Amino acid sequence: MTYIRPKFRHPDLPKNDLGYTTREYEGSLSTLCAGCGHDSISGSILQACFELSIPPHRIAKLSGIGCSSKTPNYFLGNSHGFNSVHGRMPSVATGANMANRDLIYMGVSGDGDTASIGMGQFVHVIRRNLNMVYIVMNNGCYGLTKGQDSATADAGSKSKAGSVNPFQPIDLAGLALELGASFVAQSFSGDKEQLIPLIKAAISHPGFAFINVISPCVTFNNNPGSTKSYDYVREHIEETGKTDLVPEKSEILASYESGTGTEVMLHDGTFIKLEKLAANRDPFNRMEAMNALRNARNRNEILTGLLYIETETEDLHHTINSTDRPLNTLEEEDLCPGSAVLAEINEDLR
Amino acid sequence: MKPTDTKNPEYFHKVVDCQYACPAHTPVPEYIRLISAGKYTEAYMINWESNVFPGVLGRTCDRPCEPACRRGRIEEEPVAICRLKRVAADNKDDVRAFMPGIPSEMNGKRIALIGGGPASLTVARDLAPLGYEIHLYDEHAAGGGMMRSQIPSFRLPDDVLNEEVGYILDMGIHTHFNTYVSSMNEILEKGYDAVFVGTGAPRGRDLVLPGREEAGKNVHVGIEWLASVAFEHTHKIGKKVIVLGGGNTAMDCCRTSRRLGGEEVKVVVRSPFAEMKASPWEIEDAMHEDIPILENHVPKAYVIENGKLVGMTFEKVKAVYEQGKRTLVPSGEPEVFIEADDVLVAVGQQNSFPWIERDSGVDFDQWGMPLVDALTHQSTNQRVFFGGDAAFGPKNVITAVAHGHQVAISIDLYCKGEALTERPAPFTNLVSKKMGIHEWSYDNDVVNDQRFIVPQAEKKAALSDRKLEVELGFDIQTAIKEAHRCLNCDVQTVFEKDKCIECDACVDICPTACITFTVNGEEAELRTRLKAPALNLTQDLYVSDTLPTQRVMVKDEDVCLHCGLCAERCPTSAWDMQQYLYKVTKAG
Repeated sequence: MTYIRPKFRHPDLPKNDLGYTTREYEGSLSTLCAGCGHDSISGSILQACFELSIPPHRIAKLSGIGCSSKTPNYFLGNSHGFNSVHGRMPSVATGANMANRDLIYMGVSGDGDTASIGMGQFVHVIRRNLNMVYIVMNNGCYGLTKGQDSATADAGSKSKAGSVNPFQPIDLAGLALELGASFVAQSFSGDKEQLIPLIKAAISHPGFAFINVISPCVTFNNNPGSTKSYDYVREHIEETGKTDLVPEKSEILASYESGTGTEVMLHDGTFIKLEKLAANRDPFNRMEAMNALRNARNRNEILTGLLYIETETEDLHHTINSTDRPLNTLEEEDLCPGSAVLAEINEDLR
Repeated sequence: MKPTDTKNPEYFHKVVDCQYACPAHTPVPEYIRLISAGKYTEAYMINWESNVFPGVLGRTCDRPCEPACRRGRIEEEPVAICRLKRVAADNKDDVRAFMPGIPSEMNGKRIALIGGGPASLTVARDLAPLGYEIHLYDEHAAGGGMMRSQIPSFRLPDDVLNEEVGYILDMGIHTHFNTYVSSMNEILEKGYDAVFVGTGAPRGRDLVLPGREEAGKNVHVGIEWLASVAFEHTHKIGKKVIVLGGGNTAMDCCRTSRRLGGEEVKVVVRSPFAEMKASPWEIEDAMHEDIPILENHVPKAYVIENGKLVGMTFEKVKAVYEQGKRTLVPSGEPEVFIEADDVLVAVGQQNSFPWIERDSGVDFDQWGMPLVDALTHQSTNQRVFFGGDAAFGPKNVITAVAHGHQVAISIDLYCKGEALTERPAPFTNLVSKKMGIHEWSYDNDVVNDQRFIVPQAEKKAALSDRKLEVELGFDIQTAIKEAHRCLNCDVQTVFEKDKCIECDACVDICPTACITFTVNGEEAELRTRLKAPALNLTQDLYVSDTLPTQRVMVKDEDVCLHCGLCAERCPTSAWDMQQYLYKVTKAG
């Protein structure tokens, strides 16, 4: 008779360093179709933020338009949020980040919002290396308008109505690599064990972190012949390796045989631990990542996991040498330093 | 772990914690739903079929269901199951039309029931409709046994008891009241096809201490005193009363004393307060009637002055716990003297079978208890069966009823010459509650209300009238609100592995983190790796067969709210909410 989430929670829910349970990271009840991959990604974002013990008010969620862009309402209900114009999430994110660099920016977009209407915005935010997490919930169709093929639908993929897509897909991960993104990963909504650590690593990455997540549309694109269905993706997944994020304070206990694992230290002292790397995989080599991605495509495989990471990266604030403090903390004396300073500047320009 | 066998009737039964804990396995959520739908008669009949005395039990049951209630694990208090049962009984219409009919032609078998308490009456209720000729013997003038003699009227009004005893006696039972059966052999000689002994635990323990003899008639054995009040032989008691003992009988004694002239009534117990055997609500009610409870006082002597009881002395002790065993050690404080005109001894009761000859074929153990089969209730004399307190020692009404049902099955099988160990399987039914999108044919909205309090009669009025019922029962509005607190644990989450596409939607939506998809393992280890640790070992894990990703679905039943969100969220209906009805099969 009802579809209301009860207020009761498990009495023994684990708590994070802040003393919060996952309850403090929940949002409203999802209105997406039952079984939508996007809900699993929402759950993974929630879990990643919980595990990293991020105070919810330190996060800003940004999105455009589409099923994917509705999801920020369904996680992190105590965080900031901005549901912007179709395809324009990167601009809003850029503005917000420029104004307040102390927040964590979580951009959520879809294949339509990113690969079609928002393509121009997408490529420029990569170029600028804005410090944000950019997650594409990629289902290969326009679910909100009844499942037309999107720009990421694979050539030859069959729609629910039976028509075959004649166009080549845009490979968002490949594009991000090509444009110089400093963190590129690919994952699957149905594999939380892989996705949660990737989101944690992306949040910890000090530049633009892109995760393309294949997320089946149960209503319009989960049929036989589709290359974005639960079954097809599970059958064609090829993992680059296992990723885990080790917080700074944890001791790294495991040691790996050479060639099977590696650890990457991030700026804040946390480590990304990469295990069981596939043979000849080097996550620090952009060319190699692009090749691996292309080779997997040629084999009709979907390469998932962390594809590329550049640990010594400089984000947009660094590049344009902007102030270290959020704008809302600047006082009058910072903004109007007085005639002596003005005179000094004028002197420099003579 | 092996995949859970949900075909085993006990698996889903165990999920319905209240029903599982009830000795008679009353389908609790089913009747609570009927109450919230205003169907009191139907709710009453579901109860009547299982526990025979809904009106009595709705006031006096020991409520093993309530500590088991799942609601008590997700918030403070369980659903007031017992008092909802009373709501059904108080608001029902005439139910006589729904009582089982008695065949016009009897089957020729004659059964004797010794004792007119809840166990015997249950046997009668199950066997009379099958055509047995039932002869019921009781030493008192009316049926009901301890329900009449030991439960005071301010907790259980006579008319409620008379009505429910009447439904059974009206089934053509041959009653032999005011008839004390003094010989088992005599009964056996009368040629009954089977004899049932439901004589309870009729002997209250006396407490023999220095001064007991002199104190004489001012010291009373609790249950005997309660019986003499119930049958109107006793009408008053002294102003100062000591009640010894910490069980429910002690609570009944002290509260009855307050109504018969006792002004300073004290309950004195040996043990610490927290370990008293009485039900918490009965202790609460006694304290509400200004009856102090003194803990850690061990009685030493009755104090006599001028040949008359003036009080008792007590030694103060403290409880010491060593290796899980408690001992009471003197605290060294001086002895305590408490004044008293009368002392009521309620320190336990015993079975007593002076009337069963040792050559009757019924064998007894070294403690004087009959040798009775735990399953069939048959004694060493194949024709003689035991149930209620008489079988395995003092328990409670609902246990006696459960025994009665089992004895009826045994007697029926015995009279047909069939094997008594071949018990009938329970009746079970599992049916989907899905109506459509976001629509279930049960109320799956989990309300946040705390337990509602049952109103009571004004204290002054209650204390001045022994027969005035203290608890007034829920009014209908409150009853419906309380009924909505029920989580519908009988509406099961049923998982069909072959339909699952492993989209995780159920995992994400479950408010109480019950569901996990993970690789299989041994139970103890698996319990640690779930989304929330499964620490309650009394609650099962529901495990599926291996899924295509080589994982299994594991659901911890512990704090599932049965809200149906997993099934709402499931795109393939791999989860469904299905109502499970479990009924203990009756004789015949």
